[in-house]
Amino acid sequence: MKAPLVKLEALDHLWFQVTGTLCNLTCHHCFISCGPTNHAFEQMTLESIRDALEASRRHGVKEYFFTGGEPFLHRQMVEILEETLEYGPATVLTNGTLFDEAGLARLARAEGRSLYSLELRISIDGFTPEQNDPIRGKGTFQRAMRGVRQAVEHGFLPLITVMRSWGEDEDHAVFEGFVDTLRSIGYARPRIKLLPPLRIGREEKRSRGYGNDEVVTEEMMVGYDAGALICGHSRVLTDRGVWVCPILIDAPDGKLGDTLEESFDAFALRHRACHTCWLNGSICSNPSSNAAGLDVAGKRASS
Amino acid sequence: MLERFERVAVFGGVYSNHLALAALLEDARRRSVDAIFCLGDLGAFGPNPDKVFPLLRAGGVSAMAGNYDQSIASDLGDCQCGYTDPRDNHYAHLSYRYTYGRTSSENRAWMRTLPAEIRFMLGRYRVLCCHGSPRRTNEFLWESTTPTHFIDKLAVAHDADVIAGTHTGIKWHRRLASDRHFVNVGVVGRPENDGRTNVWYSILDARPDFTVTFVPLDYDHESLAREMEIEELPREFVETIRTGWWSTCLEVLPAKERKKGRF
Repeated sequence: MKAPLVKLEALDHLWFQVTGTLCNLTCHHCFISCGPTNHAFEQMTLESIRDALEASRRHGVKEYFFTGGEPFLHRQMVEILEETLEYGPATVLTNGTLFDEAGLARLARAEGRSLYSLELRISIDGFTPEQNDPIRGKGTFQRAMRGVRQAVEHGFLPLITVMRSWGEDEDHAVFEGFVDTLRSIGYARPRIKLLPPLRIGREEKRSRGYGNDEVVTEEMMVGYDAGALICGHSRVLTDRGVWVCPILIDAPDGKLGDTLEESFDAFALRHRACHTCWLNGSICSNPSSNAAGLDVAGKRASS
Repeated sequence: MLERFERVAVFGGVYSNHLALAALLEDARRRSVDAIFCLGDLGAFGPNPDKVFPLLRAGGVSAMAGNYDQSIASDLGDCQCGYTDPRDNHYAHLSYRYTYGRTSSENRAWMRTLPAEIRFMLGRYRVLCCHGSPRRTNEFLWESTTPTHFIDKLAVAHDADVIAGTHTGIKWHRRLASDRHFVNVGVVGRPENDGRTNVWYSILDARPDFTVTFVPLDYDHESLAREMEIEELPREFVETIRTGWWSTCLEVLPAKERKKGRF
């Protein structure tokens, strides 16, 4: 069966695998198996990021995202975000365990000076240590909650991202649980984003891998808004070339070129993880830019 | 040949607020505009959606379709705002069901005739009116998530000197290189999440250089709130009309815009 091809409609979202696969945590659901000893990808240099930001103007990039690994392991992360905010809105995906007060104060000032938003996305996978720690590691709930409190004290409204490790029918209850817990630590108007599990990397062992029927076929793309998929509007810069999306970093065919300009070819949705994006739309974007599959009558990618 | 004007009123997001729309038509006439344009989203949120249509027609308003109008006109299942937060979805569905159920088939048929964009000349400027963005009806272009180089690209790609949009509910203006402009004209359907009860529309003028004036519009919001109560619309919506603060469908706000509100 031929995998459907997705064209890059516009380079709206530019991602940086800023700390490669290096992380201070070893979460059991990590779809790229990041950890303290995973050197599959290394940190990016500030100079390479500066070059990419400058090039991004030519391509009309709309938003900048920083992920890893844990971005705040990068010693120059604050500087990187300060400079990015001169170009456009920046989002950083963090576990919230490595914030320091001086860095947060600088980031708050940088956002204040900028026309653009700085989004801190903090991953927490349960509203109690009993739910979260078996997934993210012992003690991580308390450490992440401290991070949330620090961010809120510096005037941020962090987006809490939660991988759905429960049935969809429990969404409402989990949502309410998170709201209550976050309010109890002083986050008065919590913002929460639920994410589907990506059944690759370590998550494959934690829950299950993809089934044989979880593939995207050409028929499934008829009338579907492919521009809503990450590969339809994004590329990921790493220390060793440009990848199609932040999810397929481990896939050798996910690499599309050594430079941004070489990476604009269409991508074939042959990976099982592509099925998750097909079902859910642009899962890596922020809710403020969530226009997933919406111009296509009756073919909503997200609901 | 595009029609040519020098001074126009542009607004978006009526959201069934017929009282604000009536106030706008009177206010714009007093300000001597050549034409009035509506950038879509006629229904949602407010009461008795059918009251909006005769006002638009009597006022000679040139209207285009927003995502809400596309949904209602084409019998789609929801408003296409793309909410994922279950709390936001709850209110969005309530409002959509109400609006869909109370929009006559004649008005739905009329909405199907609305164009997806409007172009005209304002003095020497080529103006492109869209709902969300020129490339996507429901794309959010917030002030804090829209880089200048990105709008430059849109303006060039879509042959426009001025792009006017709405959709987000919060007005803003950015001057681009070469005297190009992006204007989010605001909405007249609900206040702007700033604790004030007025709504906003825009006057674009090119005599001879381009200027935008954001016009605060007071209307009888208390009457609207009472009408919404009679229609048993959600209490949270009525509160927004009375207080000027948004309390629902907040998840789509970026950080900066969200911080400016109360909830």
